[in-house]
Order: sequence, then C-alpha cells, then structure tokens
Amino acid sequence: MTDTKLAHELLTDMVRVRRMEEKCAELYSAAKIRGFLHLYVGEEAVAAGSLRALADDDAVVATYREHAHALLRGIPMTSIMAEMFGKQEGCSRGRGGSMHLFDASKRFYGGNAIVAGGLPLAVGIALADAMLQQKRVTACYFGDGAVAEGAFHESLNMAALWNLPVLFCCENNLYAMGTALERAQSQTDLSAKAASYRVPTLAVDGMDVEACHSAAQQGVDHVRDTGGPFFIEFRTYRFRAHSMFDPELYRDKGEVERWRERDPIRSFTEQCLGDGTLSEADVAEIEQAAAGEIEAAVAFAEAGTWEAVEDLDRDVLTPEPAR
Amino acid sequence: MKTAYRTAVHDALRDALRDDPRVLLMGEDVGRYGGTYAASKGLLEEFGPDRVRDTPLSELGFVGIGIGAALNGLRPIVEVMTVNFSLLALDQIVNTAAALRHMSGGQFSVPLVVRMATGAGRQLAAQHSHSLEPWYAHIPGIKVVAPATVEDAYGMLGPALADPDPVVIFEHVQLYNTSADIETLVPTDICRAAVRRGGTDVTVVTYGGSLPKALDAANELSLAGIDCEVIDLRVLRPLDDDTILESVRKTHRVVVVDEAWRTGSLAAEITARVTEGAFYDLDAPVCRVCSAEVPMPYAKHLEQAALPQTPKIVAAVQSLFGERP
Repeated sequence: MTDTKLAHELLTDMVRVRRMEEKCAELYSAAKIRGFLHLYVGEEAVAAGSLRALADDDAVVATYREHAHALLRGIPMTSIMAEMFGKQEGCSRGRGGSMHLFDASKRFYGGNAIVAGGLPLAVGIALADAMLQQKRVTACYFGDGAVAEGAFHESLNMAALWNLPVLFCCENNLYAMGTALERAQSQTDLSAKAASYRVPTLAVDGMDVEACHSAAQQGVDHVRDTGGPFFIEFRTYRFRAHSMFDPELYRDKGEVERWRERDPIRSFTEQCLGDGTLSEADVAEIEQAAAGEIEAAVAFAEAGTWEAVEDLDRDVLTPEPAR
Repeated sequence: MKTAYRTAVHDALRDALRDDPRVLLMGEDVGRYGGTYAASKGLLEEFGPDRVRDTPLSELGFVGIGIGAALNGLRPIVEVMTVNFSLLALDQIVNTAAALRHMSGGQFSVPLVVRMATGAGRQLAAQHSHSLEPWYAHIPGIKVVAPATVEDAYGMLGPALADPDPVVIFEHVQLYNTSADIETLVPTDICRAAVRRGGTDVTVVTYGGSLPKALDAANELSLAGIDCEVIDLRVLRPLDDDTILESVRKTHRVVVVDEAWRTGSLAAEITARVTEGAFYDLDAPVCRVCSAEVPMPYAKHLEQAALPQTPKIVAAVQSLFGERP
C-alpha cells in the first residue's frame, strides 16, 4: 500500500458509514427512527471502494439498503439523519425515510424498496445519457436477491443490446432477506448470468476495500471507454439482521462469526497500520471525526421540524408554474 | 376531409418526434412492424431506430427504462401493446413513476407518457380485451386520459408530453377505425371533461370506446323525446367533478356508461361523487351500464352480450323515467 491519501479516504468512508449505522440502530431502539431500517454493516467495503471510482457527474441508483451509498455520494449526514427521523429537513423532506434517500444535486436516484426496481431505471438514465451524448456512467446497486427478478434479466439484456453505459454492481451478501443464495438460484455464479447477456463481468472479494475499488475502477473505465455495460459481483456479507425485525432463524451464528473475522474495516485498518500506510493517530483521528459528524447529524435531526399536515398532498404532482 | 383516429394518433406521434428532439417512441413492434395498430407506420424510416425504438417483449423493463430516460432529460413515449400486457409493467408505473416525486420530497418528476390500447370488441378473448383504466385512475401521482374522438387522439399527446408528471393514455381498440371531418388537428387539453352533446333531461357520463355508443343512444332517445346530455370524461384522473355536477344539477338524472367491470369501477367513483356533490338535485338513483363481470369471452355473441351496448344504454336511460318526461 503506497497511496496514503486513498487509504485514508477509503478507511474514512467505511468508518463514517459504520459508525453512522451503529448510531441508527441505537436510535431505532430509542424509537427516534421507525419503519424499516436495513443496515449495511459488514458490506462497507463495497460502497466505499466502488463509489470512489465514480466521477461527480455520474449517476447512482441504489436499493433500500442505501445509507452508505447516499452518504458516500455526498449527501450530508445531517440531512440523511433528519430523513430517518422523518423531519422536513431530511434529504427527501421526510417523505421517504431510510429506504428512500434522494438527492437530485448529487444525481442520487434513490433509495428503491422494490427489489430490482432500480435496474430498469438505471438503464433508462443511461439511455438518455447515450442519446444526449453525455459521457457519463450510471452505477446501479442491487443485491443477490434482485437477480431472481425478471427486471434484472430484462435490464441486463437491453443494456447489452443497446450498448448502454451502466455499471451493474451486484452486492452479493448471500441472502435474499432470509433465503440463502443456493436455496433461490439454480446457478449460484451470478456473473455467469450477466455474462450470458454478453455483459463483461468481474467477481471480487467484497470484504477487501482495495479490491472493490480497483474492480470498480476497471468497470467504470470500461463503461466510459466503450459506452457499454459492465457487471461486478461483490462477494460480501451482512453482519447484522436483514432489518430490525429479523430474528435471524435462517443462518447459524458460527457462519456470521466466521465472516466477522473478515470485517472489512478491521482488516483494512490492520493492513494499513502493519505496512505503515496509516498511523494509530490517523485511525484515531478518523474515528474522532466520524463521532463528531454523527453527533452533529443527530443534533440536526433532533432540532429538525415536522412538516405541516396541511402540506400532506404536496409533491404528488408537480405544481403548475405560477402565472 | 375525413381523418381516421389511427391517422390522428400517427400524426400526433410524428409531430411530437419532429418538434422535440428529446422525444422518443419505444415499445414492442413500434418500428419495423409499424405498430400493432399501424399507428407508427413510417416513423422508423423518418426518425431512425434510436428514436423509434423496437424493444424486446419486456414490458416491466422498457417501461422502467422509459422512466429512467424521462428522469434524465428525454421525453419518452412508451407504447404498451394492450392494457392486459401493462400488468407486467404495473410495478414500475405504480411503485416508481407515480411515487417518485412524492417519495423524493419533490426532487424528481417523471415526464413520461405511456400509451396503450384498451377494450374489447375484436374477439380477442380474456387476455387482450379488458378495460383496466379504473386501476390506473386509482393511483395518485399519475394522470390518466382516454381520447374518445379523433381530435383528442391527436390533441392530447402534445400536452401529455409537456406535462412534468407521468401521463397514461388509453386508446380504445374500436376507435382506431373511426373517423371525423376535421380541417386541422391541434393540441387539446388534458384537464377537462367535454360535453359532447347538450341536453336537458338526463346526463350520460362516459369515456373512451363507449362514447360513440352513448351518442347513438342519445340520438335514439331524442326520437322518443328524451334529451340526453353526453359527457365525455376525457381525463380519468383527476376527474373533472365540476363538469359532471353542473350537468347533473341541470338534468337531475345520471347514467354512467363504463366498459370496465362494475365493481370498483370509474362508474362507481362517479356515482359516489354525484351522490356526494349533487344528491339533492337527483330525481332518480344513479344508474350504471358496465361490462358483465366475466373475463371477456371469445365467441362474438357472448362478447357483445358482455359489453355495454346502445340498447342497454337506451334502456337504462328510460328506466329513470317511470313515464315519459
């Protein structure tokens, strides 16, 4: 490891996400956050590594497990936290919640709680870019569960057929909610499915942030160079329950423990300290900055305001321009 | 000069493609085939395969792609061959197109137009013939229109494309061959119902493919001395309550004609709104003429028996007058 700046950024990204989500779990227990809350704990290397490969004007389409993607694309933690509280200062004005974080200014198209619902959307965004001759990439995140949906197959087919600039990022955490991959798929090699649509593919260790970053860089370069799609399977694991309502009857604790030994934050920290890329002081400073950011975000959310009930029906349709 | 409904749809598509480089038409067989109902014949040759884009048989996928393209600067017109097939795309229409603006706190509008054929009368049986307009009219976040005339077949597309939100257009299959004398086709609106025939004795509310039947019934009834006012809803969501209630306050009697099934239909919704808004103006209960509650049969006589027909409308109107008015 020689690139200290990149190492610092990658570790910072992962730590910010992890600590924010740990706080979210706490706030959920305190009933400050309600609804569904799907945590990304264990999978941080995927978002941290891959999103760093995108340019500012690229687009991102994500899933309902998207806190990391929203934060690392630059949505302020304050407005993410306010959204989870349901406050109107939230990034979706409190209309979306945890599963529907949006930010038009960051070209962050959500936050989609229909499994595979984001894939056609991403292909359409890329179609517009291609037709309007914008050399931009649309990164589309989805889980292994999405691969079972027709939308996955329709989207991969059309993206390849029409040569559209989509980076398909499959976050394979081995479970579609509680259903293990091998209990849901006749072919568990997910890259093979993408390859069958003649989309070039790469499978990568999703617990290794550097590997995620370099795979994504390769994918982004391919998409930008050829204007066509690329598929990356990030092999990762969710340490916590599917959502806050999940008793985890479908997997044994030993399996979770074995994956926890490969915690992407701990292993990357140890690696950077071991080879001298980062110092103990660097790591402490990263943790401290994250703690400060979270404290400020929670304070912001607490101080946020409730939208007036009189405004209930706003934003169903676009208001007519004033005459 | 006689202009066919089909020609009006075609010309609207052609003019939209000509007038705005952001417009693209996509769907199954819109290009090389020329459109299932020949509405896009010749457009591929004029505008090329990027803008008149044949899709695979992937309704969910290509409607979702239309949404994404609309979000990112294009003005897609997505054609779904028939409303029955649109059920494969209902997830994208309801869960994404209709909801996106609201759940993003007003950040993302979806300027998408989805066109589809609807309705029965061609012996296409139970998977190609239904009228599911009321399902779409149930959904906040989209607009739903049903051009019933040649003028509207042309005129509604422009405003639908200019609308910042999703608009679903229903073209009844029995209308494609209808025609009217029209000098020039111009944009109409997508906000108001239209009184297609003024009258004083009873209000007949209808839309889409049932409009010609309602007008025929009105002509027949006029010979019997009953003067019908015929309202074409045109816009199925949001409903134009004012036009309906104003008419009811004048005529005091209402028949609603709706090719969809009666249960949970637009006819049910209009009946409810009339009783909420003009109950004390009514001289008779609201009466409905809808399709029989069966999946559409193939055999011609059974299909015809299942649908609202002119004689049924005539009988329904007459039933509101114990004696002649």
